Amino acid sequence: MNVLTDNFSAYGAGFLGTLELTVYASLLALALGFLMASFRVAPVGSLRIFGTAWVTVLRNTPLTLLFFAVLLGLPRFGLVLPFKVFAVLALGCYTSAFICEALRSGINTVPRGQGEAARSLGMTFGQALSLVVLPQAFRSVIPPVGSTLIALAKNSAIAGAFSVTELLGTYKTLNELGYNIVWTFVWIAVGYLIITLAISALFHALERRWGVAR
Amino acid sequence: MTAAPALYDVPGPRTRRRHALYGVLSTAVLLALLAWILYLLFHTGQFTATKWLPFEYQGIQLLLLRGLGNTLKAFAIAAVLSLALGGVLATGRLSDHRPVRALATLVVEFFRAMPVLVMIFFIFVALKVQPLPALVAGLTLYNGSVLAEVFRSGVHAVERGQREAAFALGMRKTQVMTHVLVPQAVRAMLPAIISQLVVALKDTSLGFLITYEEFLHAGKLIASNLDYDLPFIPVVMVISPIYIGMCMLLSWFAGWVSRREQRSPKTEAVAHAPAGPGALLPGGEPPMAPEP
Repeated sequence: MNVLTDNFSAYGAGFLGTLELTVYASLLALALGFLMASFRVAPVGSLRIFGTAWVTVLRNTPLTLLFFAVLLGLPRFGLVLPFKVFAVLALGCYTSAFICEALRSGINTVPRGQGEAARSLGMTFGQALSLVVLPQAFRSVIPPVGSTLIALAKNSAIAGAFSVTELLGTYKTLNELGYNIVWTFVWIAVGYLIITLAISALFHALERRWGVAR
Repeated sequence: MTAAPALYDVPGPRTRRRHALYGVLSTAVLLALLAWILYLLFHTGQFTATKWLPFEYQGIQLLLLRGLGNTLKAFAIAAVLSLALGGVLATGRLSDHRPVRALATLVVEFFRAMPVLVMIFFIFVALKVQPLPALVAGLTLYNGSVLAEVFRSGVHAVERGQREAAFALGMRKTQVMTHVLVPQAVRAMLPAIISQLVVALKDTSLGFLITYEEFLHAGKLIASNLDYDLPFIPVVMVISPIYIGMCMLLSWFAGWVSRREQRSPKTEAVAHAPAGPGALLPGGEPPMAPEP
């Protein structure tokens, strides 16, 4: 127990680091994922190809390789930013591919007749999209997006191993201070559980409020 | 082409012209982006002969190949062990005995909720295990737990009539499982199982972080060589196509199996698992009803 109480500030910094990384990377992933999903369903061929390539490549890239390339590679182009920004970039881009697929399959669950009916009522494209198609798609994408964001929170541990201030990274300092290593990891695990369970609870609440009635 | 049927009407001549214009514009923008990246690569001197020289030496080629071999070795061991562990845990979760079921559920839920890397580091640092066993153990515990859920949901996805008919014929539970339910479930879940193996293959790269001498580690060694002017970008340009290519090949195989299974009459009685690494994400909620 005293591993936690003695090093509360170290754990707190790591916990907040993970949280910060998760939140920013989630926002980036959601924005990019939405953009890529709209590319993938666009009636313009080159955008569709770009979206498909983005998703196929990123889904099959090991995240460690992506971190390796972004954190150590981008500075070679003279782009010097804090490590945390690079970590958000890598995590966000990687997760955006999964978000994109979740959103796209959500849009595909909306029956064709819904769009046809909206158009036959004289709705413009924008109206049909915002009033008919997206609200229905939104309902069915809540669970997959939730599990993708949980995966993102767990993947942020990789940033810790690349010496970004993060929960997993705290083990190094505590190990050097000579604390019991097993308990150190127990509290790290608890920290991750708190974050993933919080995301899970948030999305359960969203699902109860707006999800598809089953 | 058939994406998002609900979104657009069948385009008329004017819309087609407009779309063609968008197409030209977006192609121009994407090409400009590509050109800019190429310019950056040339401008920062990533294509100089010194930086690409190391790849001509046999020693370095062997180093890369050894790294690739180590990656594949870790993947092979982890894949076999996780399939075995997944089978054991799924058997536990489907058991008729409540304590066994509770224990298996606890194990599966715990290892699915933990980041793989935290487990690998725990085994590596706290239990002081060698890198390869630590990596394999971490991957096995995580992927085994996910695969257990895949197997279980597969068995649950077999039509109820199959189980009832088998019991009605006087089979015991073990017989029902091994002769009727599991063969159909595994067949239908094959795409999801292969997709999970893609995740395992991708995660072998985590070995890099615990100094396991795998593919990325070999790349790092070459990249930090001052004699070749720190050829980091060339190394990434050589390594990533191989890595991504391997994963894509396996993903494509999952998709191919999935398409084949959909046509197969042998899996008619089971709901199909979709292919693709997104099908069962690390830490994802399982796409199935809770235990009755």
